[in-house]
Order: sequence, then C-alpha cells, then structure tokens
Amino acid sequence: MTVSQETLDEIALSRAEYEAIVDRLGREPGPLELGLFGALWSEHCGYKHTKALLRTLPSSSERILVAPGAENAGVIDLGDGLAIAMKVESHNHPSAVEPFEGAATGVGGIIRDIFAMGARPIALLNSLRFGQPSDARTRYLLNGVIGGISSYGNCIGIPDVGGEIFFSDTYKGNPLVNAMCVGLIENGKIASASAREPGDLLLLVGADTGRDGIHGASGLASRTFEEQAEMRSAVQVGNPFLEKVLIEACIEALDLPGVVGLQDCGAAGITSAAIEMAERSEMGLQLFVDRVPRREEGMTPYEVMLSESQERMLLAVTAGTESEVFDLFDKWDLDATVIGEFEAGEDVRIFDNGMMVSSTPIITLTDAPRYEFSTPKPDWLTTLQNAELTVVPMPDTTAAEMLLKMLSAPNIASKFPVYRQYDYHVQTNTVIEPGGDAAVLRLKGTKRGIALTTDCNGRICYLDPEVGTAIAVAEACRNLSVTGAEPVALTDGLNFGNPETPDVQFQLTEAIAGMTRAANAFGIPIVSGNASLYNETAGAAIFPTPIIGALGVLDDVEKHSTVGFKAENDVIVLLGSDSAWDTTDGLAGSEYLEFVHGRVEGQPALDLDLEVRVQTVCRDAVRAGLVASAHDLSDGGMATALAECAIIGNIGASVTESPDAGGRWDAAMFGEAQSRILLSVSPDNLDRIKALAHDHDVPLAVIGLVGGDALSFGDNCSVLLSDASDAWKNGFSRATSDRD
Amino acid sequence: MKFGIVVFPGTWSDRDTHHAVSGVLGQDAEYIWHGDEKLDQFDAIVLPGGFSYGDFLRCGAIARFSPVMEAVTAFAERGGPVIGICNGFQVLCESGLLPGVLMRNDHLEFRCIWTDLRVENSSTIFTSASIEGQTLHIPMSHGEGNYQADADTIKRLEDNGQVVFRYADANGNVTPDINPNGSINNIAGIVNERGNVLGMMPHPEKACEKLIGGDDGNVIFTSIIDNFVQAVV
Repeated sequence: MTVSQETLDEIALSRAEYEAIVDRLGREPGPLELGLFGALWSEHCGYKHTKALLRTLPSSSERILVAPGAENAGVIDLGDGLAIAMKVESHNHPSAVEPFEGAATGVGGIIRDIFAMGARPIALLNSLRFGQPSDARTRYLLNGVIGGISSYGNCIGIPDVGGEIFFSDTYKGNPLVNAMCVGLIENGKIASASAREPGDLLLLVGADTGRDGIHGASGLASRTFEEQAEMRSAVQVGNPFLEKVLIEACIEALDLPGVVGLQDCGAAGITSAAIEMAERSEMGLQLFVDRVPRREEGMTPYEVMLSESQERMLLAVTAGTESEVFDLFDKWDLDATVIGEFEAGEDVRIFDNGMMVSSTPIITLTDAPRYEFSTPKPDWLTTLQNAELTVVPMPDTTAAEMLLKMLSAPNIASKFPVYRQYDYHVQTNTVIEPGGDAAVLRLKGTKRGIALTTDCNGRICYLDPEVGTAIAVAEACRNLSVTGAEPVALTDGLNFGNPETPDVQFQLTEAIAGMTRAANAFGIPIVSGNASLYNETAGAAIFPTPIIGALGVLDDVEKHSTVGFKAENDVIVLLGSDSAWDTTDGLAGSEYLEFVHGRVEGQPALDLDLEVRVQTVCRDAVRAGLVASAHDLSDGGMATALAECAIIGNIGASVTESPDAGGRWDAAMFGEAQSRILLSVSPDNLDRIKALAHDHDVPLAVIGLVGGDALSFGDNCSVLLSDASDAWKNGFSRATSDRD
Repeated sequence: MKFGIVVFPGTWSDRDTHHAVSGVLGQDAEYIWHGDEKLDQFDAIVLPGGFSYGDFLRCGAIARFSPVMEAVTAFAERGGPVIGICNGFQVLCESGLLPGVLMRNDHLEFRCIWTDLRVENSSTIFTSASIEGQTLHIPMSHGEGNYQADADTIKRLEDNGQVVFRYADANGNVTPDINPNGSINNIAGIVNERGNVLGMMPHPEKACEKLIGGDDGNVIFTSIIDNFVQAVV
C-alpha cells in the first residue's frame, strides 16, 4: 500500500475501506479519486453506520409524493395541488468551531435542499443544544449561533417560526445546531435532481468556488476532533443575499421547459451533488473542472471538486436551450456555467483542460460500505434506570420558591429573548407565533393551515433510547395536536456520538426502533432525515439526540387553539390522567431532577396507545370549538404548564388539590409523566369534553379554575402571577447574560 | 387604483405587499424590477422591506443608485404618493427623498416584535383613515431602524407635523421604555414636507388580516386609496 495513514486520516477513511476501494477499482485510486471516495464514503454523505437502520423506518403513506432518500427532501401531499417538502439538517461541528458562520450556513444548506424540490421555503425552525449557560464559552457559542441564524434567516425572507433551545452539560464541547426548513410546492410542480437524457448539460449557478469548506463532510462531520481551531478552514462562509437571489432565480428557472433538474450543492460540494445526480439519472457524466468559476488562482481539480463554497446549485438542462437559462440568470446578476454533460454509461469522467484526470464507475463511489451491528444494553444504563427516585432528598425550599426557580430555569424560561431576533412574520402566514407548543401557518388561498414543531429530550433518550425516541415522536405530535392539527409526517435529525463504539451503536439501534414504534402508532411516515454522528469531545458522547420535526394539518385554520388561559371561571381540565398531580415515577429523567438535584436517572415510560387517544380527544375538542386553551405538559411538569398558561394568558389560576405524591410535593408538581394535556374550557362545554374523553376511554380530571392574580395550588403553594411572570419572562436573559 | 411595488435583488416584502393591497384590499398591483425606468402607469409606488443588495455597504446605499430610483424621484416630484417600508424607508433616506438616517438599533440586536404606533398626524394622505392619537398595532422587523437626524431637522419635522408615527404603548403613551430601537423622539415614520412621501420602519403589509394577528396596517393603504379616489372624483 502506498497510501499513508496521514492521507487516510485527512479524509476519514479506514485502512479496510481503502482496501475495499482498491478491490472495487482493481487498482490503487489516484489522489483525486481518493478525495472523491473520502467525501462520498463519509458518514455525512454515505450513511455508513445508519443506512441499514434508516431503511427500517416507516416510509409509506397515501400522502407521500417523494419518498425519503429519493431526492433532496421528502414531499407530502396536502391535496388541492399543494404539497410540502421538509427536512432537518445538522451543522453541529462547524458551529462548534465557528458558531456564527456554522449556524448561518446550516440554515443556508437546508433551504437549498428545499427549493431544490421546486418548493418555495415558507418556514424555518431551529433545534439547538448547548452546555450550561454559566460557562463563558457556551454563551459565546449561544450568541454566535443565534446571531448566525438571525443574520441568515432574516436577510432571506423566510419566517423562523419555532424550535427549541436546551442546555445540558453533555453538549458543552459539542453543541447541536439542527435547522429544519419547510417548503410549499404549488400545482404539483415537484422538481427532481436528475437529468432526463444523455446529452443534457450540467450547469453550475451561483457563487464562485473557493477553498472554503474542503473536507467539511469527511473531516468535520465524520469524525471526532480534539483540536477544534485546527479545522476552522473547513467552515464555510455564508452570503444570504446571494442565496435569496438564487432562490428566486431557480424557482423562475424551473418554469423553463429546458430546465429538467435542480440539485443543491452542499456537503462534499460538486463531488456529491453531480455524482448523485448522475446516479439518480442512471447515466454517466463528464465533468470539466477547468470551467468551474473560481474565487482563487491555482486551485487544483481536487480542491474544486471538494470545495463546499456556499450558495451554489446545479441544473440539468436540455442541450440547445441553455441560452434561455443564461438570460434568466443574467437578469438576476448570477453566473451560470456549463461544467459537464450527462452521457450514456456508468462512469464519472473528470477532465481538466482537455486531460482526463479521473474515470470511475459511479456505483463504486455511491455504494458506500454499510456497517450493521447488534449491541447489547450496557450495564451502566440498567443501573441508571433502576435508580430509586424516592430517596432523592426533598429540597429545603418552599413549593412556591421552587416554582419560581423552575420557571426561571434556562430550559423552561421563555425563549422570547431569542426568537424576537428572528423574523417570524414575513410571508404573512403566521397564525401562531413562536412561543406556543407548535407554530401554525395558514396556506393562502385555502381554508387550511399547517402546524410545525421540533422536539427531542436528549436526557430521556439517554436514559432509554427506545422509549425516549418514542417520547420525542409522541411529544412532537402532541405539540401539533394541542393546536388542533392532525400529525401527517415526521422528519428526523439524528445526533449521536461515535458509531464505532458499542454504547452509541446500542443507542442508534434503539432510537430507530422507538421512532418506528411511535410513528406506526400514529400511522405517519418519516419523510426525510439527516444523521450527524461523532458528536463527542474528549471521548465522551453527547446524549443521544434524535430530533423530530413534525408536520400537522388543520382543515380549518381558524379553528386552532393556543396556550394562554382566556377567561375568568373557565374550568381547568387535565386530559390523560385522573388526578391533577404526578407521582414519584414522573421524576425519571425530569428537568427538575437534573436542574435542582444534578441527577440524570430513572426509567422513562410511555403508553403509546393512551397517547394516541389523548391526542385524538384534544384535536376533536379543539375542532369542535370546545376549548379555550390547550397546552402540552412536558419539561417541568404540571406546575410549569399551569404557570405558562397563566402567564401567557395574563390571568391567574387555582388548583383545588394540594400537590402531593406520597409526601413529595416536588414530584407532584414537576414530575413529567407523558400523555397529559392541559385544557381550559368554558363551564358550558365541560360535559361535552367529558363525553368526548369517555368515548375514547381517556382519563380526565377537573382540577381547578382560571382567574385571579395568583397561581395557587391547594393549601401549600401560592405565587403572585406577576412574580411567576417575571421569573419566566426574564429567566433566560438572566441565565445567559455575561456577568464577568 | 394601481400600486407599483419595486423589487430590488434581496427585497422580500414585495409579495407580502402585493397580497395586502391586491389580495386583501382588491387594488391592482404590479411588481417593478429595479432596472425599470418608467412608472407612468402607476398611481402609487411602494418600496417594500427586505435586504436590498444584502445591505452591503449600508442599508439602502446601493439600491439608491438603481435606475428605478431616478424614476421614483421623478414620480415623487410630480406629487405621486410613495411609501417606503423598512428597507424602503432606508432607501428613501439614502436617496434624499426623506431627511435623516436609520442607524443600528441602540441595543445592537435585530428585533421582530409587535409595536403600537401612535398616529401623530391624521391629515396626511397615508393616515386620513385614522384618528389622531389612535394607536395602530403593526409589527416591526429590523436591525437598523434607529431614526436620527440633526437637531434642526428634527425640530422642522416636529414643527411641520411631519412625524406621522411614534412608538407608544397600547394606550398611546410615548415613553422611552417602549422605544424598541433608540429612535429619537420615538419616531417610527415621517413624511416629506410636501406630504406625499412616507417612510416607516414597521410593516403595515404584515398587519393586513385578523387571522395573522391584526389588520391595522390596512389603515395606511386604505388612506392612500381613499385619497386617490377623491382626487379622481
């Protein structure tokens, strides 16, 4: 073997993988070819450790128009000629190295995946994870990421309508930045990232190609790294203005008869984009690297092929029609260049100034090795799950003091200080703004609306990856159902540690099983996904964090529900339980247990059958107009959910029964048992709600009344609404402000 | 009446404005490409929000040199109504059609929030459908909306009633606390001396239907339409 370990490390290929390449080619690969293999066999592009698992996810539904993995994003039918393209993408490693540009280009990348489908992007969401905000570097990362998302998203005119921010020590060295984009396709005009026939031309449009981002996919995204600063040059720099112009021009271009295919140029640059297009078209491809417009002098074919310069798209164009395409892009002041030609055959042939510098069968490049594993549950996890929660010491504060403390916790406090930095009104469709359980957008020209959310509690997935991931699906769907929307599709962003370790292999396998079980219970497909592995620093993996993006549909968008209590003397009803307060079991994996006691332990639980029925009752009640408000119970349990409804509605509430769970008010108030939804209803509608719940065999508890200027829970907890409001509204800013 | 909506590369409120004036208020509306130089067919011109030319150099600094701005200037000189929203306001200031500048928000962050605007002058063609002292609930979305001008200019604007909107609370109280970006005297919108060019930072086109949070923005477009109809009659 002539190849050095250093060279293999640079492109993150193992010695065994190198030998497989030699075997497939029947010869040693040249340096350029080795770069192509490194990129396409990277975890990021080749899904080596996840493909076998992802195949098991449910992907069938009457609504699926474009199946998962077939194109840049999955597409779901909404009827009436409308369809939705949606996908999540991670930019974790770039954001850890350079948070502003890392996050900005993450947003840019997922937007390109969506408009590559012929969709106009109509919404962005962001699912973010950081270490504790008391750490100065974490605050730097947080502010950089928010700044990058704000800068890119606002400039481009796509509303940023939702997402999550969650803090836990596990993400300290390895923050997660996942962006979701949703696009609307009108009149069935779905685009494909493929050519139609041999002779079709391959056009590159948008930005010039520079040396930025080389080895982004193979280097940053596909291995662990200790020296972050070393990899700074692998982070790209975004230009949202150029992307905005590119969106408009590409959507216009798709109306030209000669434009037959559109493809995003993202991870692994032209290599991945062009070769995937050829594979999808079942054709060969000639690429002329010398024609690629450059930002810099002296770039080698290797650098051009692997550059991840942003804001570039590829088009497949019928030969002879290209002048029309050039004119259109010229109107938008964009460069368009023919850089290749599809041909009959099976090879990708790369030419530089007339010289062929590489010729490789496409299948050898795109059919990356697949690793399958079956790893038993580790003993340490059993120990954590079996931890006795009743021995957790009682806090030495009053219940009222603890409520204020919990409301100001960075994971619970209002994220308004963040999302007011994002434009969530542009395109004038936003019916429920960020800050609710899910965002709701109307679809102009119809009565209908869509609801969008992202969800995942990494702590619960750590304690039980199967149940935890099922809970992430259940909770994402619950967030939709409380608005009145029916869940119709999911997308996932898998964020895990090093897949070459047994613990992570176990977590991946279990998470996919849990996602499958829950998606099947709701009868909805997973239409697209992204995997970001190797998320760890100094050998410690992050909590497994399979982020779930969910899409729901409201047939009549006017009939939606929101979080805040509305009127004095409305009755507060809990769906999903026959008692107001939780039990000690609910402490498992709870925010309270980690935030107050520094413990991450216990066995999370979910009754999926009950979950589905609870959500059905909630949706039916909202649609029938029986509900004044609806809010999902999640982080911080019942007491937190009640406080949020009161603060947002600016009206107090009282619960009759005192919080108690076998002598523990803390578990009663802050336990996080699943499948619970808090409603407020006019007394006139109470009987109809009870009947609905009864019909679906859903337990229900009438727990109190809306009204007054305080939150009072039985005899042992009363807090002024103004104090609760101050804690919740200002907690995030207080926790994240620079004190030094 | 027919609205012309100017589109620069990077404009994104063009479609929202079209929806508000045409979809909601039933008027004719057409997009005007930044290279166009003829505006004769239009009765009012809107410079919508967005990030024209990516806000490179300075907000609105490049857009002012586009061919369409010469035509917009001539249109305004003929007395035609021109409204610049957000980035459009920035372009109007850069073009000299309105005095003053829009600086970075004093807290240095982008802000997307609902604001309440007190109508300070209801005798303009942009506010005649409102009542003086009334508040309009309209969202803003900008990083550079901090309106500033020299003391003489501010005095002239105030004395002439050219300050049309101020940031206020829901009851119409104008206080420093409610000021979202540091604008001098809480100024949110001004007109030129002749009263036919309005610049405002908040987005009336984003407040065009109750379903999306309110329709107070229609007051501004309705005023323009009413005045046009009266002029024609």
